[in-house]
Amino acid sequence: MSGNAALGEAAVLSGCTCYFGYPITPQNELTEYMAKRMGELGRVFIQSESEIAAINMVLGASVAGARAMTSSSSPGMSLKQEGISYLAADELPAVVVDMVRGGPGMGNISPAQSDYLQATRGGGHGDYKTIVLAPGSVQELTEVVPLAFDLADQYRNPVVILGDGMLGQMMEPVSFDNIKPPKQYTKDYTLTGAKGRPSRMVRSLLFDTKEEEEHNWKLVRKYQRMEQNEVRYETFLTDDAEMVVIAYGIGARIVKGAIKRLRQENMKVGMVRPITVWPFPAAILQELAKTVHDFFVFEMSAGQMIEDVKLALAGKGRIHFYGRPGGIIPTPVELYRIIGRHYYMAARRKEQ
Amino acid sequence: MTTKTIFSGFGGQGVLSMGFTLANAAMLEGRYVTYLPSYGVEVRGGTANCTVVVSDEEIASPVASEPEFVVAMNQPSFNRFQNILQSGGLMCVNASLVNTASVRSDIEVLSIPTSELAEKLGTIKVANMIMLGSLIRASNIISFDAMIKNLAELLGEGKSKLIKLNKEALETGFTYVKE
Repeated sequence: MSGNAALGEAAVLSGCTCYFGYPITPQNELTEYMAKRMGELGRVFIQSESEIAAINMVLGASVAGARAMTSSSSPGMSLKQEGISYLAADELPAVVVDMVRGGPGMGNISPAQSDYLQATRGGGHGDYKTIVLAPGSVQELTEVVPLAFDLADQYRNPVVILGDGMLGQMMEPVSFDNIKPPKQYTKDYTLTGAKGRPSRMVRSLLFDTKEEEEHNWKLVRKYQRMEQNEVRYETFLTDDAEMVVIAYGIGARIVKGAIKRLRQENMKVGMVRPITVWPFPAAILQELAKTVHDFFVFEMSAGQMIEDVKLALAGKGRIHFYGRPGGIIPTPVELYRIIGRHYYMAARRKEQ
Repeated sequence: MTTKTIFSGFGGQGVLSMGFTLANAAMLEGRYVTYLPSYGVEVRGGTANCTVVVSDEEIASPVASEPEFVVAMNQPSFNRFQNILQSGGLMCVNASLVNTASVRSDIEVLSIPTSELAEKLGTIKVANMIMLGSLIRASNIISFDAMIKNLAELLGEGKSKLIKLNKEALETGFTYVKE
């Protein structure tokens, strides 16, 4: 099953009742899948007139209590940022999928990780954050999608799933057995018609500065809770590692292939793969920095996550970097050579 | 064991369906598989390729740096992918369209006249399945019986005519290599 189709089915099984989308490669198969499945199940599917319309439909569905989702790719995501900012301000749950493209402007449709900073820094205006999940395989999508819906409901905040064209187009065997029936959340904020109860209001315009500050601090406390409780990552052969690679998503898959080759030649390289890129798994890097001196960041961009690695390590250790922007997919052998060279140089420095 | 294969050729030659068929048959046999299509602004007559990894263990990278097998259905694919084939690897070439004069000396080449064989079966459309039959014979990525067994599930029910034709095509390719 392709990543895009698996994402769609996982969303359906997670109780997504409303999907709004506007076509853009490389996530079109998701929209196509939802068009077919949501109709079969009598749920809501709308192909909107634009990305902006889609995200605002999500806002409308969410405020009415639905599990709502939209998806797009880089240029479309830029258009959605206004809506995501409103969702965060209004404290409304939503799942937004971003299958990233390869550059600024229209970019290209090849796999890239060029929108890490847009996704992890909120993306739109205002002092807000979204949880960002970065799955690395088609099977992991089936874990990440229900999690995204649950986190969105639990924190009443938009959650972003950050993928790329390769994850979306690639096919792998997939099992949906792990997805449990969706949890029920008490929603005391939804606008369902007062019918005798006191009326409710959902708004993001707070003219009173004191009121706005209070609201912002409330959001900050929520983001702090996320940072405390929702960090997720995978470690790979870090126990005896002398160099630790940090990579996420599909980039981490290629690194895994490279590490298998490096290990065959007794180069002790391990990997930390953030599954949540926000909140970033800083604590594990700080822990590893007690014994490991060399960290290697690989990204399919010119270097964005490296900022989080630098912040996490706070000056400890040496950070190496390799990036391939623009939709180039490096091969495991290429990474094996680059990481191997840095590993060798690091070992030599230690000897001196 | 992990086997990486790149299927390549013109869009419209059934290059992606060749890879897709192999990947699905291997999956139904309980193996680990990844299927990675090249995608982009592809058009009929343009180039297309896909990478299929079949393994007995979890697959680290779906991207193949040095594949063991390459299937080249046209000349540009032959020229491009012979460079990344690993030393000692096997290049399955569509002899009806590809001139192999410029081949590397450290790889093996298997030439299959797929167009001619397909025309004997009545339709050029099954040239890809003939090639897949030959590849399975030469590579043993999956057993031929497993391929045939899973064909019905892959093509879907109610397509008995197509199943028969595809089976014949696979057998043609398989026995062509045997001889």
